[in-house]
Amino acid sequence: MHASVRQAVSVNITPPVTTGATRETGAPADMRMSITEVNFWYGSKQTLFDINLGIATSKVTALIGPSGCGKSTLLRTLNRMHETVRSARLEGEILLDGKNILAQDVTQLRRRVGMVFQRPNPFPKSIFENVAYGLRINGSKLPMPEAVEKSLRHAALWDEVKDQLHKSAYDLSGGQQQRLCIARALAVEPEVLLLDEPCSALDPISTAKIEELLVQLKDLCTIVTVTHNMQQAARISDFTAFLLVGQLIEFSPTPQLFTKPGDPRTEAYITGRFG
Amino acid sequence: MSSTTTVVPSAGPVAGSRSFLSRLREGDEIARLITFLFAASVVLITVLLVYELWVSSVLPRHKFGLAFFVTRVWDPVFDNFGALPFIYGTVVTSAVALFIAVPLGIGASIFLAELAPARVSDTLEFFIDLLAAVPSVIYGVLGIFIVVPLMRQFIQPALKNTLGFLPLFKGPAYGIGFLTAGVVLAIMVVPYIISVSREVLLSVPREQREAALALGSTRWESTWKVVVPFARSGILGSIFLALARALGETMAVSMVIGNAPTISASLLSPGDSIASVIANQFTEATGDLYTQSLIELGLVLFLLTFILNGLARILIVTTSQRGSGLGNA
Amino acid sequence: MNPRLRWRKFVSNFMLTMTGCCALIAVSVLFFILGNLVYRGGTSINWNFFTKLPVPVGETGGGMANAIVGSGKLLLLATLFGVPIGFLGAVYLAEFSGNKVAFVVRYAADLLNGAPSIVIGIFAFTLVVHPFKHFSTLAGGVALGIMMIPITLRSTEGFLLGVPRNLREGAMALGASKWKTIVTVIVPAAYRGILTAILLAFARVAGETAPLIFTALGNSYWSHGWNEPTASLPVVIWNYALSAYDDWHRQAWAAGLVLLALILVINILARAILSRGMSVPRA
Repeated sequence: MHASVRQAVSVNITPPVTTGATRETGAPADMRMSITEVNFWYGSKQTLFDINLGIATSKVTALIGPSGCGKSTLLRTLNRMHETVRSARLEGEILLDGKNILAQDVTQLRRRVGMVFQRPNPFPKSIFENVAYGLRINGSKLPMPEAVEKSLRHAALWDEVKDQLHKSAYDLSGGQQQRLCIARALAVEPEVLLLDEPCSALDPISTAKIEELLVQLKDLCTIVTVTHNMQQAARISDFTAFLLVGQLIEFSPTPQLFTKPGDPRTEAYITGRFG
Repeated sequence: MSSTTTVVPSAGPVAGSRSFLSRLREGDEIARLITFLFAASVVLITVLLVYELWVSSVLPRHKFGLAFFVTRVWDPVFDNFGALPFIYGTVVTSAVALFIAVPLGIGASIFLAELAPARVSDTLEFFIDLLAAVPSVIYGVLGIFIVVPLMRQFIQPALKNTLGFLPLFKGPAYGIGFLTAGVVLAIMVVPYIISVSREVLLSVPREQREAALALGSTRWESTWKVVVPFARSGILGSIFLALARALGETMAVSMVIGNAPTISASLLSPGDSIASVIANQFTEATGDLYTQSLIELGLVLFLLTFILNGLARILIVTTSQRGSGLGNA
Repeated sequence: MNPRLRWRKFVSNFMLTMTGCCALIAVSVLFFILGNLVYRGGTSINWNFFTKLPVPVGETGGGMANAIVGSGKLLLLATLFGVPIGFLGAVYLAEFSGNKVAFVVRYAADLLNGAPSIVIGIFAFTLVVHPFKHFSTLAGGVALGIMMIPITLRSTEGFLLGVPRNLREGAMALGASKWKTIVTVIVPAAYRGILTAILLAFARVAGETAPLIFTALGNSYWSHGWNEPTASLPVVIWNYALSAYDDWHRQAWAAGLVLLALILVINILARAILSRGMSVPRA
């Protein structure tokens, strides 16, 4: 029905830095996550059909497609955020390091697979407390100031906020708030970071900063990002998946998808014939 | 021209349309004037209310001045009136009421806003709203015939047995008194805390809760550490509203508080509240000083509820503003 | 699963169960009240209750006819006094007024709304009872009417403002004057909400006791006209409950049942009317 292209890519894996937090160490895998035969419904309406996809370790994978194609829905299954909606139903298998995430404890899963949302959503706390939140609830024994600084540095925000850590997060600009949300997600050292259109509410300068950031972050963790901006996908990702009305049309290394798309629908989308 | 009030202004002669227009305007002007008068009467009534309260409490203000508020004595025989016992009673019963109602109300509102499916939440909220419509005198009836015996026979003795060493629970267990009045008040103000807090919690943006969950919080952690703090000014506002209601509450309290102008550390002691003493003594007040002292108490009550309601409104608006001001680029 | 996570999950489930208990307790109070009223008062509701005057203690067969009629008269007066002011004031706010005047009027209404009912009673006393030197149904009606004003005003204003622009503009484009638009288009469009507002205000003051204690006072017999003190259901409940007689206690429960039933029915009716109509903002 559709051409689903899976690339088995062998990559040299540099395992992300482990400090303090307990973590399952599976055998180093090509695919940090794999999605197999996933079907998804909201109530009686099916929105994802037979998705098969592999998320390569320490790479950036982009999910693109027109509005309503199911890319955000798919993203949210990766950390089981779809479960916050009562009528949501998932069938299929999603593996993280070889283990089915649907069989695991969801709280633990979400520490390993983090998420950054479309609109920045810092907590009504100080900058410091926002970043420290995840560490605190996990009872981390790490010294907080160092851990917070590390995360803020990873998110390229440290220099801008180091003198105002105790000010409210809402005093920051939109772009800074979004980087704060990235720092907050990175603080718990996830293996995978999911970003749902992270730049769509931001100005071009902030967008550029975050794009640069994402490319640097893949050494730290595997990145999966949804974007409606094709040029962004082309700029920053290693692999791109194109979805259309809930189906995976094509999945290839980015350069290939954008220069020699295998499916005519992919070509139609990337040449802008439909939005 | 024919005096028509039909609506379509056809291209008639200029003179005709001018009188048509002026008639239009005239009709509107009259409507504007009439409705303005009615709207103005609302303001007039309010101003008159404050004025009457002020003017009708002139005698005790001149005689006692500010000492009125710190005098313990309430002696109609010798015309010596002090508000302290009633202020004390009002404060104590309200404190007891909030002590019980706030955890209960916020807990229930968290359940309704965060946990219950929409249908269940709406149905339960429907019942809570009906509870808020129950008149005070009916709470009073339940207070006298059910709560008071319960207090006298079971709860107060139990409290004395376990916590009797505290000055809070000394003295005989009559069943009536500060504690009972506080309990009845708590039941009455819980619906206010629940409905306002629930609305405020429901208005917290989804993304706040999702962000917390996405960091690996448990449901309780995301609710308690993120959603509730986000809504904290609105929740505080609901508490102020409940307090304002508790302060003005007359009938139920007057039926179970004991009606004795006593100041006592013990919650088991009978006492009196501002609203309750006005209700009980107003028709029996002989002499202008007596009556006007009661009216001055009414004025105090009015000012207190006015301040609390104003603060509550500001607090509730603050939460909704914060929700809409998030994430601006 | 490590021990800390196990603890966190336990705390989560425990606290969430606790909140459910809180909600359950709160809601069950309503049924507790209703249940008691039915159980303790149901048997005393009979034909006599509705048709006979109170009889001296010790005798049987008395009723509350005068209180029921008295409440009816008071509420009628309150509605006639409070609703037009609230309604027409709301029309002014929604259709004619500028921002400054609107702010003042709304503020005054909120002030009035927040005033404890006993204070309103004092006000009506100084206004109507004191000058004429006697208690009266009129004074009680005025007190209750004043309480109806802010509820009617704010709710009606909300519903009027909620009428969609295109309805208004459609009428005005046809050349209708402002007041004609209001009368023929806007008010009919919002009538459900306005009716609801009036019903809810009515239900609210139907149960009020405090404003009546020193305005309408009370009466063991029929009250005639508007200038005599009158019995009313809430005040009678209050008096009977505080008395020492079992028979009066039973009647208090019965009266409480009748009163609460009336109020709840009006509330439910009001909500039903509203939910059937167009969705307008809750005031």
